[in-house]
Amino acid sequence: MNLSSWFAVRRELSPRKRTMLGAGSFLLPLLVWCIVSYVPFVWHPMVLVNNPGDVDYFQVGMLVDKGVFAEESSTMQSLGKILPEGNPANPIYLPAPHEVAKAFYTAFITPPEQHDGQWLHESLWHSVQIIFWGFLISSLIGVPLGILCGTYSAVSRLNEPFIEFFRYLPAPAFGALAVAILGIYDGPKISIIVIGTLFQQVLIIANTTRKLDYALLEAAMTLGTNRIRLLFHVILPGILPELYRDQRILLGWAWTYLIVAELIGTSSGITWFITQQARYQHFDNVYAAIFMIGLLGLGSDQLLARLGKKLFPWDRPANKE
Amino acid sequence: MKHPQLPSYLDQSETVRDRFARLKQRDVVLEVKDLGKVYKSTKGDVTALKGINFKTHRREFVCVLGPSGCGKSTLIRILAGLESHTSGDVLLDGKPVTGPGRDRGMVFQGYTLFPWLTVKKNVMFGLEMNGTSAFEAGREAELWLELVGLERFANAYPHELSGGMKQRVAIARALVNQPRILLMDEPFGALDAQSRARMQAHLLEIWRNIDITILFITHDLDEAIFLADRILVLKAHPGEVQELIEVPVPRPRHANQSTSPEFLATKARLEALIHPPEPEPDPDAEVKPHMIRFVNVADNVE
Repeated sequence: MNLSSWFAVRRELSPRKRTMLGAGSFLLPLLVWCIVSYVPFVWHPMVLVNNPGDVDYFQVGMLVDKGVFAEESSTMQSLGKILPEGNPANPIYLPAPHEVAKAFYTAFITPPEQHDGQWLHESLWHSVQIIFWGFLISSLIGVPLGILCGTYSAVSRLNEPFIEFFRYLPAPAFGALAVAILGIYDGPKISIIVIGTLFQQVLIIANTTRKLDYALLEAAMTLGTNRIRLLFHVILPGILPELYRDQRILLGWAWTYLIVAELIGTSSGITWFITQQARYQHFDNVYAAIFMIGLLGLGSDQLLARLGKKLFPWDRPANKE
Repeated sequence: MKHPQLPSYLDQSETVRDRFARLKQRDVVLEVKDLGKVYKSTKGDVTALKGINFKTHRREFVCVLGPSGCGKSTLIRILAGLESHTSGDVLLDGKPVTGPGRDRGMVFQGYTLFPWLTVKKNVMFGLEMNGTSAFEAGREAELWLELVGLERFANAYPHELSGGMKQRVAIARALVNQPRILLMDEPFGALDAQSRARMQAHLLEIWRNIDITILFITHDLDEAIFLADRILVLKAHPGEVQELIEVPVPRPRHANQSTSPEFLATKARLEALIHPPEPEPDPDAEVKPHMIRFVNVADNVE
């Protein structure tokens, strides 16, 4: 296997290489994390005390700064007292992979600490519902408006300048307003997702619509297609695969607004879980929850990509492999 | 001249002359009267077409030939109703053309098949848009697919077809609407020589068997002579009719007629019209390479 075959400019790799590199893209960060966590002389800026010796404020299981530990050790040595003992450790905010892996599992079987709290899967389900409704409402407005903007210049000129302006306004800035209008529960959260997604959606879909080959419209017109039918029988099916791809990207966009949205009003969903766990310094649970969001996002996107191949058998970019 | 023995392209044999006389007896399908098109551009008005006049009779095969920039594509797009004209009239069966319509089928160079529809659905498209039931349209489509020899590909998608097959589908898609005239804008321009020849023969066969008038744009002289009854020769800047030539090559046409005296005479005339003896200054001709020998004197390739 020679090196140049891996670095051919703009050439597709063999399926085996693609799979290997794909796995590598996940394994590489994991490897770095493992090295930092399990190799004692890499980083480890703290010391986990397992015998306090004669240092009066040290306790078993306490994390102290490496420098403080060394200082106290030398003080005890000069006084001729019992030395403290401990192992190098990482700060509490960086748990080792196996701890996070365990938390990933235990988070689902551990009952909530407060009696009115939610199980992890309930929190996740709540978050998924927020995303679903936010994205659905945004799409119900954004997709038709985007297609109309891409089809009729008049609609585009009437809407797009304002949308171009509005999309620069940060969605979280509307948080307080949303709470004032929609209350403190799910309403304002959904509205933040909508505000964050909708304006980009209109512009992206309008652009996709404009990219449809005009010759197809001309061909349809010479076959006697009227204007209304042109929209539903040529433009819509013509852009459908691209529209689907846009929607997948925009769904990812909606996910990025989730945490901010859930902090508004009463904190809820996966965000509530994360902030609660962080408050009790259960950082293994925090990482587990963050990974769960990542897995949900990636998983749903892959699922939609598969579905897209089934739905659009004529779409060449999706069916190239 | 290379062929001093060539007859004039105006000489027609008895049968050819009779045929043209009968042809001109038929109804006029398309009439173009003093057609002009002026583009407004930042550099002022550009005249694309000026004073175009011609008539096309029922079941006639007309080719439009001209150098690049003579406005032949603009002409056919105006006839199709895809572009507006600034003066004159286009009459189809005596009625002025105002926009695109199913009475004028069009075949584009770029195929323009709908990629999301199967071959059969592509052919059904025109009928369904005009209110024919799906069942009826499907039956018609099958008939026309058989006519172009693609019944086996009815359920394939356009991207699975070769260029020649795509153009067959495009022809079937246009003909299923039963238009009065079929407009073809350099339909075989993107095909290789072999499939091009096959498609030309195929098109003539369709034309022979169906009540259809064809207006065919090309820049290939041989293609024009092989296909056409009459050739409308345009010149560039501005696009005007230079001559309307009646092709003296008898029908039915064969590939081996391309060396017949009538064919060569017509081609010589077309060449004289399209490539005038005094060509416009060609920027490429200004480039004078200064050749230096980089190889050994003994190392000759010739």
